Amino acid sequence: MNGFVSILLILVSSILVNNYVLSRFLGICPFLGVSKRVETAVGMGMAVTFVMALASVITYLVHYLVLVPLKLEFLQTIAFILVIAALVQLVEMVIQKTSPTLYEALGVYLPLITTNCAVLGVAIINITEGYNLLETLFSGIGAALGFTIAIVLFAGIRERIELSDIPDSFKDFPIALITASLMAVAFLGFSGLV
Amino acid sequence: MLSIVLISVAVIGGLGLVFGIGLGIASKKLAVVPDEMLGEVIELLPGVNCGGCGYPGCNAFAKALCQGNTSIAECAVCVSDNANKIAKVLGVEATEKKRLVARVMCVGVKEKIVDKFDYYGMQDCRAAVSLSGGAKACPVGCLGLGTCQKVCPFDAITVDEKEGLARVNPDKCTGCSKCAIECPRDTITMMDPENRVYNACRLQQKGKSVKEICKAGCIGCGICAKVCKFDAITMVDNLPVFDYDKCVYCGLCAKKCPQQCIAFYKKPKLIKED
Repeated sequence: MNGFVSILLILVSSILVNNYVLSRFLGICPFLGVSKRVETAVGMGMAVTFVMALASVITYLVHYLVLVPLKLEFLQTIAFILVIAALVQLVEMVIQKTSPTLYEALGVYLPLITTNCAVLGVAIINITEGYNLLETLFSGIGAALGFTIAIVLFAGIRERIELSDIPDSFKDFPIALITASLMAVAFLGFSGLV
Repeated sequence: MLSIVLISVAVIGGLGLVFGIGLGIASKKLAVVPDEMLGEVIELLPGVNCGGCGYPGCNAFAKALCQGNTSIAECAVCVSDNANKIAKVLGVEATEKKRLVARVMCVGVKEKIVDKFDYYGMQDCRAAVSLSGGAKACPVGCLGLGTCQKVCPFDAITVDEKEGLARVNPDKCTGCSKCAIECPRDTITMMDPENRVYNACRLQQKGKSVKEICKAGCIGCGICAKVCKFDAITMVDNLPVFDYDKCVYCGLCAKKCPQQCIAFYKKPKLIKED
């Protein structure tokens, strides 16, 4: 029971309270880059979910099975980036094979997950928080779901904004940044939930 | 000290090696076999994804072409040179479909029309039409919010802000009919480019009631039908209908129209011959 509660807490915390995009401000690049259409945002969210869940588990294993026994914890960052880069390559191949349309829609942002700080961030936070393997897995999934929710909501808002009459100087990115900051303020309302 | 460095190198190198081998196996298993014919066809297609062929984009159309499910004539954009090349790649005879051109059936420029109310909503005709059918008093005229301009993949339609009316550049229009599909008032009609004279107003009311909502619209006076020496014009529902078999494109009807809502192009500059 205790384990179940802690997993639930981790999920709520990483999806809403400590949303990786809107309160930790990690992974802003794809958040702004792939949020013009809801469909591509959903695709990006799924790709990130897949990468984050796998990356959390594999980085956990790499950390505790390879780095800790050899007392090489200082190699954490570089080893984790290696894991993430390899995973992104794998995801890219899978998507290209299964859905060429999604592959084209994601474009350059798919390889950019490699340097997505949210993925590296969740891996490192898992270690510093001292989660066990199951908690790590759910922390990764939660973080990715939080990212997906944020990017899909944001894409929905941007689709509406595109049709609105806004001053020329605010068109496209400026208004997107303002929207993102307002969303971050809104997500602040979740703090204190956990 | 040195041993730590060596172990670090070995560990990272080892990890890299393991992942590399894994990726190598994955790339073999998940390899996408590039279809040579498909690639060539995609290369030759215009690549603008206008959707005029009925497929979601040029890649899907190319796939259907390779599988023999459609014909190259369905592509409104491929000019004959490219169509022939694609037909050669596919090993079939090139057939050509009659190309159409988009025409805006409205002459109601901003200063001539009457608005029911001031519209401040989304700058999109599809949204505007949901609010009591649009701000224009005319039920069939162009709303001028530029939905057609937004959807046109060829920049062939522009809506001048002062005019408030969509204008088609016939040289750029390829006849993909995307604008005609998206126009919520069906103001854009696809026409044979050889029919160089047409009445650009669809308002079926008569005289005074037309003038009350649009000063530029067709009042159904029938002068065009009377002056036509070839009996090519008949009045149907207060609008002139052209019989293009009889029309010799003299332009007299356009000249005599008191509202100047009959459009007349002098020479056929729309037909693309390579």
